[in-house]
Amino acid sequence: MISSIIFCILFSGAGTFFYINARKIRRNIFIGRDFPITDNKGERLKTMLLVAFGQSKMVTRPLSGIMHILVYVGFVLINIEVLEMFVDGILHQHRAFSFLGSFYSFLIAFFEILATGVFIGVVVFWLRRNVGKVKRFWNAELKGWPRMDANAILITEMVLMTALMLMNGADQNLQLRGNEQYHQAGSFPVSGLIAPYMSGLSDGNLIFLERFCWWLHIVGIFAFLNYLPYSKHLHILLAFPNTYFSNLKSKGQLNTLDSVTDVVAPNFDPAYQPKTDPNNPPRFGVKDVQDLSWKNLMDAYTCTECGRCTSSCPQNITGKKLSPRKIMMDTRDRMEEVGRNMDKNKGVFVDDGKSLVGDYISAEEVWACNTCNACVQECPVNIDPLAIIIDIRRYLVMEQSQAPAELNGMFSNIENNSAPWQFSPADRGNWVGES
Amino acid sequence: MAEMLAKGESPEILFWVGCSGSFDDRAKKITKAIVRILNHVNIKFAILGMEEGCSGDPAKRAGNEFLFQMQAMQNIQVMNGYAVKKIVTGCPHCFNTLKNEYPALGGNYEVVHHTQLVQQLIDEGKLKVEGGVFTGKKIVFHDPCYLGRANNVYEAPREIIRKLDVELLEMKRSKAKGLCCGAGGAQMFKESEKAYVESPQGNKEVNNERAQEALDLQPDIIAVACPFCNTMMTDGVKHFNKEEKTKVLDVAELIANANDL
Repeated sequence: MISSIIFCILFSGAGTFFYINARKIRRNIFIGRDFPITDNKGERLKTMLLVAFGQSKMVTRPLSGIMHILVYVGFVLINIEVLEMFVDGILHQHRAFSFLGSFYSFLIAFFEILATGVFIGVVVFWLRRNVGKVKRFWNAELKGWPRMDANAILITEMVLMTALMLMNGADQNLQLRGNEQYHQAGSFPVSGLIAPYMSGLSDGNLIFLERFCWWLHIVGIFAFLNYLPYSKHLHILLAFPNTYFSNLKSKGQLNTLDSVTDVVAPNFDPAYQPKTDPNNPPRFGVKDVQDLSWKNLMDAYTCTECGRCTSSCPQNITGKKLSPRKIMMDTRDRMEEVGRNMDKNKGVFVDDGKSLVGDYISAEEVWACNTCNACVQECPVNIDPLAIIIDIRRYLVMEQSQAPAELNGMFSNIENNSAPWQFSPADRGNWVGES
Repeated sequence: MAEMLAKGESPEILFWVGCSGSFDDRAKKITKAIVRILNHVNIKFAILGMEEGCSGDPAKRAGNEFLFQMQAMQNIQVMNGYAVKKIVTGCPHCFNTLKNEYPALGGNYEVVHHTQLVQQLIDEGKLKVEGGVFTGKKIVFHDPCYLGRANNVYEAPREIIRKLDVELLEMKRSKAKGLCCGAGGAQMFKESEKAYVESPQGNKEVNNERAQEALDLQPDIIAVACPFCNTMMTDGVKHFNKEEKTKVLDVAELIANANDL
């Protein structure tokens, strides 16, 4: 009885706390400007099913891809067992779903195999990160908290899976001894291997171990859920909406700035009707997170810092400061800073003298980009770092006039002679006569 | 274009030459190779000549949306004036911009890259291709970002190269995983940023990193389909003093030269 009450308090506490933080994440995403995405629902659903649900982009790197699928499938399906643990927790029962009979045995056996897959997956991940030292996990932007964050998640998952196995092992011993609280239920292909080593324990110790692991597992899950909003691990939830709202156009197509068209088009068409509100002209490009679209900000929250983008970036590969992953991490850090500022000031952002450009992302980084789309192509959850880079360039050029000198030269060539180099437009057809 | 119109003729297709193809001595050879192919199959084509202006791609990628839209609207005004329907480009950057970014500003055309047109001509039986001087050569194809990842055109250039009875090699980083030559995003017009560490291959310049990857396969020819890639890969090959052994040629040049068009 008392344990049921404790469980319910923990459950509702964890749920409430998560709800509060989820609302904050939603609020922070909508710090970004309005950006309607309502088209092609069918294709969007298909993209989500393929990329997020089906993990299609993960497997382009086979080892990490397959390991990730093990962890992902395990994580999703083991939640069915967690559902049973909830029922057990609330009603103070032992294996509430065991009325399913042989199907229940199958399920438990299946979950044990999945849990083993998860365990193997996270151990391989931990080894790749910390022993194999895969380069993309040791870039400058991962120093400190991000690396600890990653390891904390991997170790938590190892602990959760170990707890599940020890719980089942103790449970089995108690079932075999005919303990009245532990009726026969389930089949244990993996924990059955460790169960014999526990046979020397007394009934009391076994019950303590079983209960301890049960609570560890369930409290671990509550803690994990509430850790997500503070962690890069939020991708397990946001990968789904983020892929649904993917850019479906050709990657080469950059958006057209209507605010610029409103200035340029009247020169060509006197009857042109402006598309943006002339009394409230938006900033050209992006200086701070408020200038980004909500999709850019959802991208930032979805990023799990895997670094596939950075490891395929031609500029990063050749030693430059630009790292598409850092662009996303900086965007999230700044968005959360703005969010905290709003929390302190009754929901209104009070200028803190900082901005995304300058305080987080430097001009040096954005000017290095080749716009080659390798980062966009690589991202397993369809994040678009390039969109942010281009919008920052737009701000630097059109609001600040701070393009590198050579690019200003290129601009004036195009302006004066309609080519990026100093050639006369009159010579454009000269090649025709040359041999 | 103006001359054709004066004669009361209208072309099947507009050949968008691009700034490199018009002014850069190396790229002019690619332009002429494309013209030789078009003439060989008797396509009635036109160029805009002095009326063509920079597509605006480098301005747009460098963040100067004003300049891009000025260029785009000027070009659109000219092309709509001539009622242009179909365009072939000699450059993937012009291709991408005309195809994807002009419609929002009132320029709606069917735009193809020259490799797509050549493939279509071969498929329709209008262009017969044999290996000629290239038979048996080892050729590696470098994907231009703005043809490949940007527009998902990976096969057209490869299918053309295969028709040449050559050994088509693939770099580890090819197709969707292709490594940029280092020119895109207006990098062509500026020095690269400072490198803090060298790449695992010891390179600080993207074009050298990419050229080395291609040269590791010991090809006779690095095939490209973009005038900027051509410049970058040629410089990269020179950096490693391999210009005697390995040539950098556009796919259009391979076709035109193999068949002595």
